[in-house]
Amino acid sequence: MALDRRTFLGTSAALTAALAAPMVRAQATPRVVVVGGGAGGATAARYIAKDSEGAIDVTLVEPTRTYYTCFFSNLYLGGFKEIEDIGHTYGGLAANGVNVVHDWAIGVDRDARTVSLAGGASLPYDKLILSPGIDFVDGAVPGWDISAQNAMPHAYKAGSQSELLKAQLMAMPQGGTYAMVAPPNPFRCPPGPYERVSMVAHYLKANNPTAKILIADPKEKFSKQGLFEEGWANHYGGMVERVGPDFGADNVEVDPTAMTLSIDGVVENVDVCNVIPAMKAGRIAELAGVTDGRWAPVNAADMSTKADPDVYVLGDAAQQGDMPKSGFSANSQAKVCANAVRGALTGSRVFPAKFANTCWSLIETNDGVKVGATYEATEEKIAKVDGFISATGESAEVRKATYEESEGWYAGIVADMFGASA
Amino acid sequence: MRLAAASLSLAAALSIVAVGVSAQGLGDAAAGEKVFDECKACHQVGPGARNRIGPHLNGLFGRKAAGLEGFHYSDSLRRAGTNGLEWHADTLHAYIENPRAFASGTRMSYRGLKDPEERADLLAYLRGYSDAPIDIPEADPTATATDHDLDPAILAIVGDPEYGEYLSGECTTCHQADGNVDGIPSITYWPEEDFVVAMHAYKNKQRSHPVMQMIAGRLNDEEIAALAAYFKDIGN
Repeated sequence: MALDRRTFLGTSAALTAALAAPMVRAQATPRVVVVGGGAGGATAARYIAKDSEGAIDVTLVEPTRTYYTCFFSNLYLGGFKEIEDIGHTYGGLAANGVNVVHDWAIGVDRDARTVSLAGGASLPYDKLILSPGIDFVDGAVPGWDISAQNAMPHAYKAGSQSELLKAQLMAMPQGGTYAMVAPPNPFRCPPGPYERVSMVAHYLKANNPTAKILIADPKEKFSKQGLFEEGWANHYGGMVERVGPDFGADNVEVDPTAMTLSIDGVVENVDVCNVIPAMKAGRIAELAGVTDGRWAPVNAADMSTKADPDVYVLGDAAQQGDMPKSGFSANSQAKVCANAVRGALTGSRVFPAKFANTCWSLIETNDGVKVGATYEATEEKIAKVDGFISATGESAEVRKATYEESEGWYAGIVADMFGASA
Repeated sequence: MRLAAASLSLAAALSIVAVGVSAQGLGDAAAGEKVFDECKACHQVGPGARNRIGPHLNGLFGRKAAGLEGFHYSDSLRRAGTNGLEWHADTLHAYIENPRAFASGTRMSYRGLKDPEERADLLAYLRGYSDAPIDIPEADPTATATDHDLDPAILAIVGDPEYGEYLSGECTTCHQADGNVDGIPSITYWPEEDFVVAMHAYKNKQRSHPVMQMIAGRLNDEEIAALAAYFKDIGN
């Protein structure tokens, strides 16, 4: 059984190599363009460049020179990390042979197979990998648009928005109200808003203990709900109030000038208003014409889009099935995609797709929890195989170990994304 | 820059130790044998002891740091050895108390032994295996890799390292390929047998970590062998 599989893999690889090698030699070095330097794009670019050892030209297009990870940005809000701790540069990728271009991709011509950049350049590709993360749906929260993001930050793309939200948190009057408008499904990092609430509560408990946190949530249920609610009750008794759709939180409106939040017509004055609107695939996926609705449908086996076999979409922007939109998922999908792209361009061995995800969240100092699952590729989608979640009532020792493990994971994934020197 | 910082912290650690413990720093060897239970999963000591996940500890006292031929040490310990670090009671006390504070890049996935008495007992036990070979007590080597009921046919599978490299993508999201330990243990350069035994222990739920049970649970025997073949001499 096991031997059969190996024999099969070996034979098919040899066959592919025999067929592909002469063609490949006859033409120029194949070109891969990757748009977006986060958990999906940086990983895919690094793996293709590293494993192809010069046989593929890899160009990564990423506008920012320092990438701030969304994962652990809540820990920055809570004071567990400095902003520098979550910022990473692209020198390690360049050292792995990736041509890193700091520019915006503003268009894709799928017939000519080129990506156009804001700076005017046009990049030809044989395979295009889009990993643009998320953008926000226009009009998702009445009264809010991107021009209001300074008055009411989303902080759902990390960096200056995270710093702004933290400054606003620190400037809150004693006894003030921190409001969060939580997003509807599906969205980036399902436990993210609730970990953020935990981190804000951690800060307020020490610095502003009479303050309140009000969550307006359009969803009935949310990720790790039992764990978060247990933690909020244990650590932050009475500080956190969540209003769900049963009390009208699916009907909210904000006024960034008056600093008010209206839930089902009841107007509240708030001091900080963290608006996390409904999300969609990063705009370049739409411009490339590979989206259907808000997201880009992909084939589970290799992350190629349903619209175009030479265009792949990774991470948050992809509509792939059962995996949550997380950095871990994007990193996992990137490796499957890198293996498939390399195989298609150079005839290297292609192995069956396997995916995994784990999301750690911090509720209070040394109180970490996690949820995770493994996945496989079916004809229809990426399908869940098996999973686990932290239990309520776990010992302090287990929770501390879980938190320390999350620190280890962070160091691991950023080394995996950006190369060891990042 | 990093080198300078490392040797500075090394010097600081050593000076603290010099004040804190007696010149010998050795305690009760019999008690130390029990303390050594914590080390056995990775280290062997005694007649026939071999390098496993960690180096064997025969002749440890007086050995240069990273001084065994044929063991893949971290760069951090190799540098320390080149700079003249030798293992004696004082340096071992400092290292075992907090390995990563002492040598930040060590692959030894061990939080440290805080109790100075326990450390002294442990060192007394290890000291017994560091005299002339004739003095080594006639005890069995502390092998734990054979402490399992894995089908020999599973251990005999020859892993495909190229497939292992592909599969390793699932490991390196958390376990750093260069063996750095930041809260998640190193799995780099493990002997194949230890790797296979550990993964099957997760798969069979004899080891308890939920993430690892999940990951190992859907790897077949061939895939585990492939991973073991890749990580035993991962090209970093």
